[in-house]
Amino acid sequence: MSGPPVMTRVIERGLAPLKGRRASHLLPRARLGGPMPWVIAIMVALTVLAAGGALALTNLVDRARADLAGGVTVQIVEADPVLRAAQADRTLAVLRGFPGVDTLRRVPQAELEALIEPWLGGGVRSEVVPLPALIDVRLDGEVGEATLDRLRSALAEVAPDARIDAQSDWLGPVFSAIAALRWLAIGLIALLAFTSAAAVWLAARNALNANRSTIEVVHLLGGTDGQIARIFQRSVLIDAALGGGVGLVLGWIALTLLGAQFAALDAGLVQGGGLGGFDWLLMALVPFGAIAIALLTARMTVLASLRKML
Amino acid sequence: MSRSEEEIVRFDNVGLRYGTDREVLSNIAFSLYPGRFYFLTGASGAGKTSLLRLLYLAQRPSRGAIRMFGRDVITQPREKLPSFRRRLGVVFQDFRLVEHLSAFDNIALPLRVSGVREADVHKPVADMLDWVGLGNRADARPATLSGGEQQRVAIARAVIARPDLLVADEPTGNVDPEMALKLIRLFEALNRLGTTVVVATHDVHLLRKVPDSLIMRLDKGQLSDPTGALRYPPRNPISASAPQAPRDSGG
Repeated sequence: MSGPPVMTRVIERGLAPLKGRRASHLLPRARLGGPMPWVIAIMVALTVLAAGGALALTNLVDRARADLAGGVTVQIVEADPVLRAAQADRTLAVLRGFPGVDTLRRVPQAELEALIEPWLGGGVRSEVVPLPALIDVRLDGEVGEATLDRLRSALAEVAPDARIDAQSDWLGPVFSAIAALRWLAIGLIALLAFTSAAAVWLAARNALNANRSTIEVVHLLGGTDGQIARIFQRSVLIDAALGGGVGLVLGWIALTLLGAQFAALDAGLVQGGGLGGFDWLLMALVPFGAIAIALLTARMTVLASLRKML
Repeated sequence: MSRSEEEIVRFDNVGLRYGTDREVLSNIAFSLYPGRFYFLTGASGAGKTSLLRLLYLAQRPSRGAIRMFGRDVITQPREKLPSFRRRLGVVFQDFRLVEHLSAFDNIALPLRVSGVREADVHKPVADMLDWVGLGNRADARPATLSGGEQQRVAIARAVIARPDLLVADEPTGNVDPEMALKLIRLFEALNRLGTTVVVATHDVHLLRKVPDSLIMRLDKGQLSDPTGALRYPPRNPISASAPQAPRDSGG
């Protein structure tokens, strides 16, 4: 009988990493498998939607703020058209010399009538329904209370019936409502991340149970926890990358369709909420976040389970 | 004491109980010396498998001390244990082949776990397959192999990395007498090269096949020492002419 064949030590006794093809040999069925990529896809799609919403709202607020930042409206509320016109003329003259005034525009009568048309119908004559004279003032820089006070004292003499408002004040409640929505979106993203982690945790536990005997054998043959965790991370990576990619595309498609719908509304405020190229790139980070969460969760689950073995 | 330095394994006052049951192993004390061939016998239920599980580091004892390769394994941090396990070869009673891996990949597993380069894996595994008579079944999954064939794959996997200590739980249980003898010869060949071998068996005929072997007998969780060799260098040590493999370090 010939001697047994392997009598030279080929093993380096190091704790070499078990990775790449070698690891893929080991647990080909350790795929978290089945619904996992789809769960991650849905999570990523929802997160992309929430992130898209948050970014659009941010853009909307930023743009509206910039539009309204230097805006001041002066109304001359005087029923007598002659007096009103005289006060408006004097106001314009004073404002022309006022420091910091960038542009100045008296809103024409036709525009005023167009503004009230939706409520009172067309052809309303100003003698019947007196409309205040409107002067749209644009200052350089933000309009604070101090600026408004200086304007008021400057106009007190020449136009006693002038009312002066910063345009940004009107949208204050809208801004705070949008800020609340933004926080809601951020909260949603956090919840989705947490849910994704929980789903991966469950899937990793199932995969662990399904492959318990293999894991035990690898463990008893001297496989380190890190080696075994890496085998699972590998399959999680594949699942998460797959799901993340699909989810991102789904989210992008949904946002594009929604964007087209809103664009069709043709309302000034909504149009300010478009998404820029940077925003789309930012959303492309969502799948990477999902992959990171999945990898970390799977690793911690596997390591925790292995620590119960000697 | 030079004797204890020589020991590859030392059990002192070891007891094992599962949960709150009575101890399945009590007051186990013995030493294994490098290059010796041990049989562990005993009726089924005597605790053979439990003792082997302690030996191949699948189980912590409830009490007592275990030293292996000169180190106390009870107090070793967990992350140090893989390097101990890689010096062991284990033939499990239920084989524990990875069912979705081919015979070839099952045998290659210890090499791959230890980080042997893929280029260095193929030849030793192929040779080993030939030697256990499964050269033409390299790609077969365990489910398609007979019990005896599975056992040969399990043994090939245990010896492929030439362990310092080979632990085999009823390794000849499912093979014909001719194959059983061949497997015992494989263990002997490994043993001659310095591997300490512990074979658990209830087949008394097997004991006679290895003349220089030492016998540990378990009875109801107690170890008896019929050859009087479990604490001291055996009375009939293996022949001095047998080549001793260098006990390499690095572990």
